[in-house]
This record gives sequence, structure tokens and C-alpha cells, in this order.
Amino acid sequence: MSGDLLGLHQPGTTWLHRLPAGAKLLGLLAASIVVVALHGPATVVAELAVTLAVVASSRMGWRSLLRSLRGLLLVVAMLAAYLWWQQGWMRAVESVGDLVTLVLLATVLTVTTPVDEMLDTITRGLRPLRRIGVDPDGVALAFSLLLRGIPTTLKLADETRDAAVARGLERDPRARLTPLVIRVVAHARATGDALHARGIHD
Amino acid sequence: MSRIELDRVTVRFPVADGDVVVLEETSLSLTEPSIALIGPNGSGKSTLARLLNGLVTASTGRVRVDGLDVAREGRAVRRKVGFVFTDPAAQLVMPTAVEDIALSLRRHHRDKHLRRAAAETLLADYGLEGLGDRSVHSLSGGQRQLLALAGVLAIEPDVVVADEPTTLLDLANARRIGDLLLSLPQQLVLVTHDLDLAARCERGIVMADGRVAFDGPAAAAVAHYRVTA
Repeated sequence: MSGDLLGLHQPGTTWLHRLPAGAKLLGLLAASIVVVALHGPATVVAELAVTLAVVASSRMGWRSLLRSLRGLLLVVAMLAAYLWWQQGWMRAVESVGDLVTLVLLATVLTVTTPVDEMLDTITRGLRPLRRIGVDPDGVALAFSLLLRGIPTTLKLADETRDAAVARGLERDPRARLTPLVIRVVAHARATGDALHARGIHD
Repeated sequence: MSRIELDRVTVRFPVADGDVVVLEETSLSLTEPSIALIGPNGSGKSTLARLLNGLVTASTGRVRVDGLDVAREGRAVRRKVGFVFTDPAAQLVMPTAVEDIALSLRRHHRDKHLRRAAAETLLADYGLEGLGDRSVHSLSGGQRQLLALAGVLAIEPDVVVADEPTTLLDLANARRIGDLLLSLPQQLVLVTHDLDLAARCERGIVMADGRVAFDGPAAAAVAHYRVTA
């Protein structure tokens, strides 16, 4: 996925940087509903055109975006091939277009919004739900850790692939998948230890 | 200085064929400004250090920090005892440097502008000015360890426990982090294989096979370890 950019804020002065985090989160939610609700190749083209305009106005840098999307392209190609084979080209275009649109919009959100501001916004938004047992700070922290976890998982996948290649096991899926799962779980435990040790969200 | 007390503490971990004892019954009272824990790999140093803020739970016995029971009052203890890991990458949980410090500051500053300003000040205090918006992945090893330390000190602990904080660093950065740790006003419990650094502490404890093998002035502890290692 767009591992280098998703989850990494880039300071700037564009209208997207100035827009409050709450508005951007609601915008992303609305876009997700629209993307899932509307069907057809023409809709996908329109979605992508609007999304690319939003990406351009965030000034995140096309080169770093394209570099980040290399991993996503592989997933997209595999998904497209599978859907084309199983459900036809229209379904493939629609699903892949929806996926790319949402990943790009999520990237715009994280690039233009500091995580700290996002935490504040989510905490504020969920505060009324405290009465029914929702912990706003906990949900906000989980959200930010999820964003942080995506590039970290991709980095671990790269390292695991390199380790498999170094041992001549590049064609063995077990040599790539098993260590990756173990390392992701170990990383999750280490993150838990780190939060615990820093007394965050005790 | 804080008073850290271990009262007949043991630590066991379950394995397939029973329990493995990683810390035999140990009683210690730690009151000095700087205490080095040294010894071979697997001797129980890190386990002992992790007991001090509840990352490891004692199987028997009690650990107290200024009278607070780590097992029962863990939350209060963790506000007193900050922990620095060997690998800073495991400790940094936010995407950028300033956001990671800000996470530690959320309890002290509810206002995001004040929080950001405090985080920037802390970064500058530790020689990381201008790096606030950089990805934590893109920082050098020394910068990451400084950032991890700044994140711990942001919670204003009374005690800093550092588990081999210089092991992954080059000579210059190891010296920088070591000097910084020893200059802190907080009480320092330092697990290290750097015997020169250990010798600069006030007290040294040598661990071997899950037991305290020597306890005394740091220079004497280092000398004991050099002979017995």
C-alpha cells in the first residue's frame, strides 16, 4: 500500500492542511459511502478524477506518491486479475477503482493532518459515547496505532522478503509468510510494552 | 532519590515441561542516584529492570517504588518510573518525532498548541531541533534513541530505567547517550554491557544465573565481573 505516506504527516499550507481534522474525517466517511454505493465504470472514472484533483491540491508530491504506490500496484494487479477471472472486467475495474480511490483519500487525510490533531478530533467526537462504555482516548489511540502499523507492517514484509531471498527461499511462501506473521505479532507486543512502559493509556 | 525495594522477589516463566526460573529469590534496596546492572546474557538483568515498572510481574515477593506496590499500583508506579528500551524503534509509536513526544505530553497539556510547543522544546533540549516532522523511520539510530529518551522524560518520571540503551549505537552516539543518562537529575537504573559506562555509576550489581553475584561500588562490581566473566 502507500506505506511511505500513509500515516505520515507532511506540514503544508494548502486548503486541505487548513481544513479541520473533523471535516476531513467526515469527508472521508462520506466518500467511502459514495464509493461503495455507486456502481459502474463511468462512476469509477469520475471518482478517480476527483480523487486525483484532491491529491494534486494537497501538494504531497507525485514522485513520493508513485513510489509509495508501488506496493499497492502489485496488490491491485492481483486483485484485478482474480476479479476479472471470477466476475468479469466490469467488476474488476469497479472494485480496483474503489480501492485505489479510498487508499488515495486516506493518504491525503494522513499527509495533511497531524496524528495528534486526529487523536483530539476522534476523542472529542466519541466523548458522548462514554455513557455507553466507549473509551474515546482508547479508540483514538487504536486508530493512530493502526495508521502507524501499516507502514511498519510493510517494512517488516520487505525485511522478511529480503531474509528469504538471502537464504535462497524466495519461492517458498512459508519462508515469507510465517516469519512475517511472527514479526508482526512480536511488533504488536513490543508496541504494547512501549505504551505500558510510558504509562500511556493505563 | 526514590527508594526502590525488591522483597524476596522471584520470576518464573512457564515452559512446556514446567517452569524456568529467570530470577531467583532476590531482595534489594536501591536508593543511589545511579545503579548499573551488569552480567552475561540471560543472567536476569533485564528481567530485574523490567520488574521496576511492571513490564514483568514478580511470581513471588513484592516490588515497591517509594512505597507503591508495582503489582497493585502499577499506574502510579509507571508515572514515576520511565523505561528506555534497547531498540528505540520498539518504543516509538507515532509516525513523526514531534507526534511521538506529544503522545507522552497528552496528560500534561490538553491544548494541542501548548502540547506541540512543549514537544518542540523537548526535541530542542535533546538536540533534535528541526527533526520534529521527520518520520521516526528516517532518523539515525542515535537520533531515535535520543527521541525515545525524550519521550520517556516527557512524562517527568522520578526514575529512569534503561535496558541496554547504547547496545545498538556507534561509539559516538553511545557516548552521547551514556553522558546524557548519567547527567539526568532522575535516579538511573542502567542495564548495560558497556563496562566503562557502568563504572561511572555509583553502585554496581553483577547478575549471574538469575542471582545477584556481587553488589557494591560500581568500579568494584565491574572489576568483579571482569574477573569472573
